[in-house]
Amino acid sequence: MIQKKNHGDLRIVLEVWRQNGPGAPGAFEEHEVMANEHMSFLELLDVLNEQLVESGRDPFVFEHDCREGICGSCSMTIDGKPHGPRDRTTACQLHMREYRNGDRVRVEPWRANAFPVVKDLMTDRSAFDRIQQAGGYVSINTGSAPDAHAMPVNKENADMAFDAAACIGCGACVAACPNASAMLFTSAKLSQYTLLPQGQPERDQRALGMVDQMDAEGFGNCTNHYECEAACPKGISVTNIARMNREYARATLRRRD
Amino acid sequence: MTIADSHASSPRLDAKVPGGPMDERWSNHKFDLKLVNPSNRRKFDVIVVGTGLAGGSAAATLAEMGYNVKSFCIHDSPRRAHSIAAQGGINAAKNYKGDGDSVHRLFYDTVKGGDYRSRESNVHRLAEVSVDIIDQCVAQGVPFAREYGGLLDNRSFGGAQVSRTFYARGQTGQQLLLGAYGAMNRMIHAGRIDSYTKREMVDLVVVNGVARGIIVRNLLTGEYERHAAHAVLMCTGGYGNAFFLSTNAKNSNVTAAWRAHKRGAFFANPCYTQIHPTCIPRSGDYQSKLTLMSESLRNDGRVWVPEKEGDPRAPQDIPESERDYYLERKYPSFGNLVPRDVASRNAKTVCDEGRGVGPTGEAVYLDFGDAIRRDGKETIASRYGNLFEMYERITGDNPYEIPMRIFPAVHYTMGGLWVDYNLESTIPGLFVLGEANFSDHGANRLGASALMQGLADGYFVIPATIASHLAGRKLEAVSVNDDAFKEAEAKARERADLLLACNGNRSVDSLHRELGNTVWNYCGMERTAEGLQEGILKVRELRAEFWSNVKVNGDPNHVNQDLEKAGRVADFMEFAEVMFNDALVRDESCGGHFRAEHQTEEGEARRDDENYAHVSAWEFTEEQKLPTEHREQLTFEEVKLTTRSYK
Ligand SMILES: Cc1cc2nc3c(=O)[nH]c(=O)nc-3n(C[C@H](O)[C@H](O)[C@H](O)COP(=O)(O)OP(=O)(O)OC[C@H]3O[C@@H](n4cnc5c(N)ncnc54)[C@H](O)[C@@H]3O)c2cc1C
Ligand code: SF4
Ligand code: FES
Repeated sequence: MIQKKNHGDLRIVLEVWRQNGPGAPGAFEEHEVMANEHMSFLELLDVLNEQLVESGRDPFVFEHDCREGICGSCSMTIDGKPHGPRDRTTACQLHMREYRNGDRVRVEPWRANAFPVVKDLMTDRSAFDRIQQAGGYVSINTGSAPDAHAMPVNKENADMAFDAAACIGCGACVAACPNASAMLFTSAKLSQYTLLPQGQPERDQRALGMVDQMDAEGFGNCTNHYECEAACPKGISVTNIARMNREYARATLRRRD
Repeated sequence: MTIADSHASSPRLDAKVPGGPMDERWSNHKFDLKLVNPSNRRKFDVIVVGTGLAGGSAAATLAEMGYNVKSFCIHDSPRRAHSIAAQGGINAAKNYKGDGDSVHRLFYDTVKGGDYRSRESNVHRLAEVSVDIIDQCVAQGVPFAREYGGLLDNRSFGGAQVSRTFYARGQTGQQLLLGAYGAMNRMIHAGRIDSYTKREMVDLVVVNGVARGIIVRNLLTGEYERHAAHAVLMCTGGYGNAFFLSTNAKNSNVTAAWRAHKRGAFFANPCYTQIHPTCIPRSGDYQSKLTLMSESLRNDGRVWVPEKEGDPRAPQDIPESERDYYLERKYPSFGNLVPRDVASRNAKTVCDEGRGVGPTGEAVYLDFGDAIRRDGKETIASRYGNLFEMYERITGDNPYEIPMRIFPAVHYTMGGLWVDYNLESTIPGLFVLGEANFSDHGANRLGASALMQGLADGYFVIPATIASHLAGRKLEAVSVNDDAFKEAEAKARERADLLLACNGNRSVDSLHRELGNTVWNYCGMERTAEGLQEGILKVRELRAEFWSNVKVNGDPNHVNQDLEKAGRVADFMEFAEVMFNDALVRDESCGGHFRAEHQTEEGEARRDDENYAHVSAWEFTEEQKLPTEHREQLTFEEVKLTTRSYK
């Protein structure tokens, strides 16, 4: 018997994905939680987990940390949408006032070959780290930087670079894409440096390194569905993808026969 | 507990502060430090625990210099460290605005802001290297806000009288951290950093008195791993989650620091915690964390509560004459812009009087009505649009129409492991960086100074001072098969087994929540000797309840978030008692530590410089025994001690 706590009069039926490991079979499990409109979606899962623990069952594993939409840890598809129904909102910032009494809500992990399930809602997103290790930086040793004002940056470019840099590395773009492509993420990272003078010296090797690594990780190709942009909680624009394609072509021409 | 009654520093706390004029100390010290020959650096292994601003910057820089670095974090990627959440900005004495800022002014402001409870020489160094941080970050491609001319923009922050804060919209922490993470990635790619993610440090290994390694639990497989090195750097952040509800990320913990403490590292000033005045109040007992709203809101918002106790009316129905704009009333010259500690304490006072608002009665209004009437909705939206949207998302209320409700929340911890000028703890070879140490903020931290300190420690201080240990001491070879490693691993396993064996009735969260309530009620914004003594008893009872009644399910050899939490809460339960004790023996008010017995007639904090101008550093003695207090006397050569006044 699962002991239920009453936190309000919003009855929510949750169907949550249970899976013990990468290759293991998985299935949805049904649970009921009494919620209240001020709760966040992750607090709803906390309440469910507390009920499970106190009834001697295993809680569901899900990733989270900042709970304010910036660390990119939380990663779950809610009713078919990565991060849930609200635009530009991570799962941790979603609140229960989006739901009605009696709603049935389905929660599952990111689905992508390059993001294997670790347990329940947790996936392995280390592929993103490896893409960045392949060139997502400026090679400058600490202590050797010139004065910050030595190189002014035109404000328009600085703002566009910032827009690209706002990516939180959550992976929703991959989860939303029918091909599980990582183009939006990779292009956002690449664009930040392409748009800044600091990024120019390593421009070619960065584009080649990051794109080749992205392909090696087994992410799919972009076939212009733009589901990624719609799912992205930080509003990263698909224009970055076009920029990355240009950068890659340019670098290939210059560096390869 | 033995409390030294002399004014001399404990011989165990040699701060190693260099002599000479204040503004030459750091340069002279760097010159005097031994060096590790570049070709010898690859012979040294350095463990860096934590990948926030402090750990990320240290790992990258030490690897660039040629050391072998092993980096550890509890997240699935170094980029997700708690530093990512910082919003407001980072200070630096660049004086780009030509408004009279200087290294000396930043130094002075920080010592004063810390209510004269920090070490002058450290703070001066911090102010000196602040300018290099900005250069470094810009060169890495950190997209700071810029003006139309292409130069960097600055703003004034947290009541500073000059514009010295650099920022990247509301995401300064994320952008700075991504810069450090990029620098780490470059070194990972070059094979110079081994990055171990999803590892939790569960013990420090000390061999013949020197820190030589760590035990970590692999959070994916449950395996325990032993790692040896020539030096260990702990950059594991603050302990704000002792309060359960705080603005800190959920995984922030005291475990690494506490384990090091039990191995001999003294814990300094644990009672110094910062309560931030503008957070979104909690809505119910399922609340899992609190969200900070930038304090820039206080530039235009007016804080008020109803005159009358328990006034049931909606804010818009309360006429002007029945509102109490208490900050403006009590502090006519600073008004709504009084420092964090003053604003927080006053909010508590009016709520204690029964004049708090909202469903819990634990909130005050922050009202933009007048600002909107004065400047227009558009202007206000251009200043705070994203914050208003965030507020609306969380509370469902529209702040353009209904005043915001805010309440103070735990935000930052000034206390931490004691370190000397080299950032070395009382265990040789163990260095502590960032929020995890106690060094630079005294009893109160100024806004935009934590990011500065984390990066100063990692990019500029440790790369120089680590040589004092590596070149200055003879370090014997150690192996992970040595007894010290075996013993530490066995202890860590035993602790986890005990937690799993308890099989009681209460979830870890419910016990953590109860601890948090106790710490908040008895060691929060206002403390009294009586309350602290009562609190200590409650903490002890709760600790006993924890160990007899906690319930941890699941497989220890797989991902087990409940077991992770249980281990951290067990440590918070022990740590809390030291925090209470520290608050009890510090029989004065200073900065974030307000003892109700020590206030002026107007209710302001009353410091006692005669008897308390010192750091209290606690030494672990035995399980279940009170720790021993040691003191480092603080001397002020440059800054004159005055009483803060915001009237
Ligand atoms: C909401 C918010 C806003 C803020 N805004 C500002 C601001 O505008 N300006 C400012 O200056 N400061 C701000 N601060 C404070 C500042 O963000 C922090 O003090 C600072 O980022 C701490 O950095 P750190 O590197 O010391 O630690 P953290 O960033 O906390 O990093 C800790 C690291 O240690 C690791 N770790 C922890 N425990 C273990 C363990 N047991 N084993 C292994 N690894 C472990 C973690 O994985 C993480 O990598 C803010 C804080 C908050 C909460
Ligand atoms: S591009 Fe958007 S969806 Fe993709 S990882 Fe970045 S923030 Fe997440
Ligand atoms: S928990 Fe950090 S973004 Fe959701």
